[in-house]
Amino acid sequence: MSIEQAELRLPPAAVPPAPPIGDTRTGSIQAIVKKPASGWKSIVIDTAIGAALPVLIVALWQWAAERGWTNPLFFPAPDVIADAFGSLISSGELFHHLGISVWRALIGFVVGGSVGLLLGLLSGLSRKAEYVLDPSLQMLRTVPHLAIAPLVLLWFGFGEQSKIVIIALGAFFPLYVNTFVAIRNVDNKLFDVAKVLAFGRAKLLFRLVLPAALPGILLGVRLSLALSWIGLVVAELIGSQSGVGFLINLGKQTSATEDIFVGVIIFAIVGKLVDSFVRLLERKLLHWRESFEG
Amino acid sequence: MSVPVLEIERLNKSFQTPKTVVTALSGIDLKVQEGEFITVIGPSGCGKSTLLKIVAGLDLAYEGSVKLSDKEVAGPGIDKGFIFQEPRLFPWLTVEKNIAADLSLRNPEVRKKVDSLIELVKLQGFEKAYPRELSGGMAQRVAIARALLRNPKVLLLDEPFGALDAFTRAHMQEVLLDIWQHNRTTMIFVTHDIDEAIFLANRIVILKPRPGSIRGIVPVTLPYPRKKATTSFQSLRLKVLDEFERLEETEYVDRAGL
Repeated sequence: MSIEQAELRLPPAAVPPAPPIGDTRTGSIQAIVKKPASGWKSIVIDTAIGAALPVLIVALWQWAAERGWTNPLFFPAPDVIADAFGSLISSGELFHHLGISVWRALIGFVVGGSVGLLLGLLSGLSRKAEYVLDPSLQMLRTVPHLAIAPLVLLWFGFGEQSKIVIIALGAFFPLYVNTFVAIRNVDNKLFDVAKVLAFGRAKLLFRLVLPAALPGILLGVRLSLALSWIGLVVAELIGSQSGVGFLINLGKQTSATEDIFVGVIIFAIVGKLVDSFVRLLERKLLHWRESFEG
Repeated sequence: MSVPVLEIERLNKSFQTPKTVVTALSGIDLKVQEGEFITVIGPSGCGKSTLLKIVAGLDLAYEGSVKLSDKEVAGPGIDKGFIFQEPRLFPWLTVEKNIAADLSLRNPEVRKKVDSLIELVKLQGFEKAYPRELSGGMAQRVAIARALLRNPKVLLLDEPFGALDAFTRAHMQEVLLDIWQHNRTTMIFVTHDIDEAIFLANRIVILKPRPGSIRGIVPVTLPYPRKKATTSFQSLRLKVLDEFERLEETEYVDRAGL
């Protein structure tokens, strides 16, 4: 044991220069020095700090509405919105529409995301595939995917298909681009190690390329999910008989502005939940990586 | 005398640049016996890393013959362990998984060997640590264990302790000798540190540059463990330094001739 201790006791200057990727030991030392308050206490405090601004805005809004400073048609008071929330929940409408929306976004994400991941892997791993695929895809990428939504409607009609295609188009590109870039950024020095250790093709893919590219792929997943959600809103606003987007549209047609707000808030909450889920996934899968935490 | 494990004959290596052909290695002949500890030393640009890469099978564009256990080297493989200057560990794997690399720790045979190697490189207690939590010396010990797990016929080390501070380097030299005396793995160790070369080697191969070729081979018969402060060590040091100085003189003469 004395050996490790002797080595660990060396001054920070003894740390060798130019460590390989992933070596952020200075970061870990900092983390040890200023360990944040752990457990529930810190979660409560962090949440309180994060919630302060929205709570203040809502309070001001309510106060202004009660004084009659806002037009209820444009800015219904927070308590009116809360009432609309309550009645939409109790009638079961909210969860019915939310369920449909989440289902559509999920299918669209899975379809578009998996194709993006697959083609990203292909272009990333093979130069030939890159030359064939990448120029066309990069050209298509510059077209905002919502601009082709009318075309998609023309081709697939107003049914479920067109909605899923619009969502899938949005989900495709972030995963494609980020997977491709992540693979190309894998440290060449580690490929030398794989050569020396005589990794086979499968081992090279599953033991080196994929784990090394995982941070980039997960970033792609996060961006894809966000774009799926945006695609969903557009798809449901254009023409739909169900879903949260339909709820918003209905609110517009019946001048029930509070229902529009309910829909917007639902989109925000679910979007945030999905993002938090991917962050959790990142923390679980990438715990070996330690980066600056502020 | 036993059959050499490594046999290099009439090895020539040149690089094609846009303007000229640069000869990196010329007429290298070297036989390494099984269990021998060879250090290769020379000024920068003498081709010592190139030589090591050729033996490892990482560079196949050469003339001449390089045989490991009587078989021509055809490419990289686990019979030729290679230690780079940096540890090059997989940052997403723990120490024990880094050592296992493409092998599964669920295999009891692998598990057993990994455990005994962790003991050999003195990393008990760090099995589950990630590379970012290790010091430079510890990380390099993981890299050595990773190579040794595959029972290489020869372990090739390319300035493995060059990036470490002086204290850690001295300690790592002792660890490596421990490993060698325990496993008797044939070692070829490239360095530019004369003390390191003498401290470790059975034989020191001195290379000279332009073109890279063997200047001389100095056998070291001092018993292990060696002490750097002894007169015998220091006289050997002077002998090696003398080779280098003569090397510089011949260089001057060469240039004068031009």
